[in-house]
Amino acid sequence: MTPDEPFIRWDWIVTNLDDIGERTWEHVLMTVIAVGIGFAISFALSLLVVRWRRLYAPVIGVSGVLYAIPSLGLFALLIPFTGVTLLTAEVALVSYTLLILVRNIVAGFDGVAPEVVEAARGMGYGPWQLLWRVQLPLALPTIVAGIRIATVTTVGLVAVTALIGQSNLGSLIIQRGIRASFPTAIMVGAVGSVLLGLLADLAFVALQRRLTPWARARGA
Amino acid sequence: MEFVGEVVAWFTAAEQWTGRDAIPVHLGGHLALSGLALLGGLLVALPIGIAIGHSGRGAFLAIALANIGRAIPSLAILGIVFPISLRLDLGFGFVPTLIALIALGIPPIVTNTYAAIREVDRDLVEAGRGMGMGELQLLARVELPVGAGLLMAGIRTAAVQIVATASLGAVISADCLGFFVLKGISSQPQDRAQIFAGALMIAGLSLLTELLFGFLQRRMTSPGMRADQFPAAFSQAGQVPREGLS
Repeated sequence: MTPDEPFIRWDWIVTNLDDIGERTWEHVLMTVIAVGIGFAISFALSLLVVRWRRLYAPVIGVSGVLYAIPSLGLFALLIPFTGVTLLTAEVALVSYTLLILVRNIVAGFDGVAPEVVEAARGMGYGPWQLLWRVQLPLALPTIVAGIRIATVTTVGLVAVTALIGQSNLGSLIIQRGIRASFPTAIMVGAVGSVLLGLLADLAFVALQRRLTPWARARGA
Repeated sequence: MEFVGEVVAWFTAAEQWTGRDAIPVHLGGHLALSGLALLGGLLVALPIGIAIGHSGRGAFLAIALANIGRAIPSLAILGIVFPISLRLDLGFGFVPTLIALIALGIPPIVTNTYAAIREVDRDLVEAGRGMGMGELQLLARVELPVGAGLLMAGIRTAAVQIVATASLGAVISADCLGFFVLKGISSQPQDRAQIFAGALMIAGLSLLTELLFGFLQRRMTSPGMRADQFPAAFSQAGQVPREGLS
């Protein structure tokens, strides 16, 4: 980096808007895939845990160990098996969402008052109806809170996948920025991923408020 | 099985134990970065957390810090610090990585210190006041001892996150365990044994940190507070979840 190189070259940003937009889109896509698959797996695991409580400790234990492995380490542990690929990146990203999501989904179901469940049973609800029409709606705010944390966390981790060759805002930081000694690209990638995380956070706050109108009424 | 042999061979090769890029050099760098970063984080964050918790003023700061800390990716912090550090002539590698790691450790410590003091039963504090304790005495003999478990949970979160993120320092050529992974990925053809060996070291050090600080947390929790002790697993009630891990 030359000393007179400005931190931000606005002209570069303007001429590369398309490119930046594409990296942002790839970032969003990788996040959505990871959280989507992570949610599907976590939801199934949580149903098993709610049914067989004994499974809670092993499920949380295994996802806790996965969660404790740093991202670069987990990517690298997978590379001998799945290569430097999108699959490696997504497997690691999905495994990070499990702890957060299972914890929140189970907490959501646990938070449903037993009287409500009994009442629904008394009205003749079968187990599936009970799940979809009573337990799930009541657990939804807690579940969405979990998805919110998982999404924001994943946005940050997606950036690191640039180290294993994935294209997203992180590759602006690493390939276009640090390795090419070009601070503007670093700043665009860094600020972009921060903004993306904050935007996702705000979007879920809004969703949470819509899902819990009673809390808003009380607060007003 | 053949692969296991390759990994073992990598670990036992002489070049891993002598020279510029030996394992001890990068492990030492990793530990130095992490230790100094945790120390720096404590020096900045503890006074802030204590001040907010004891006075009850500025609680919004503790909460905002928790949210911001979660939303800012560690790679972004490193990316932003790096060019600034070059511009200020602080060099590349060690110093910018250290600064980024310190910044990363501050939010969980502030938030948990604040929570640790706030969670102390106000009756206890009032009783202390009634016994004639001054503000500093209240802090040192009531609030901090009672809140020590939760406070340590914050330090643990920070420590684990710092040790995890230190690996990313290799991107800007700081000596750390991430070096082996990145070198393995960039060599032609890719050196999968080296990538895996580096990953094992990164994962092992993180798990060790988690266990060590989990142990410290249990030891520091005052005996009187252990009735509602947290389960000793990786997931703990009261621990600020390690979001935005690296």
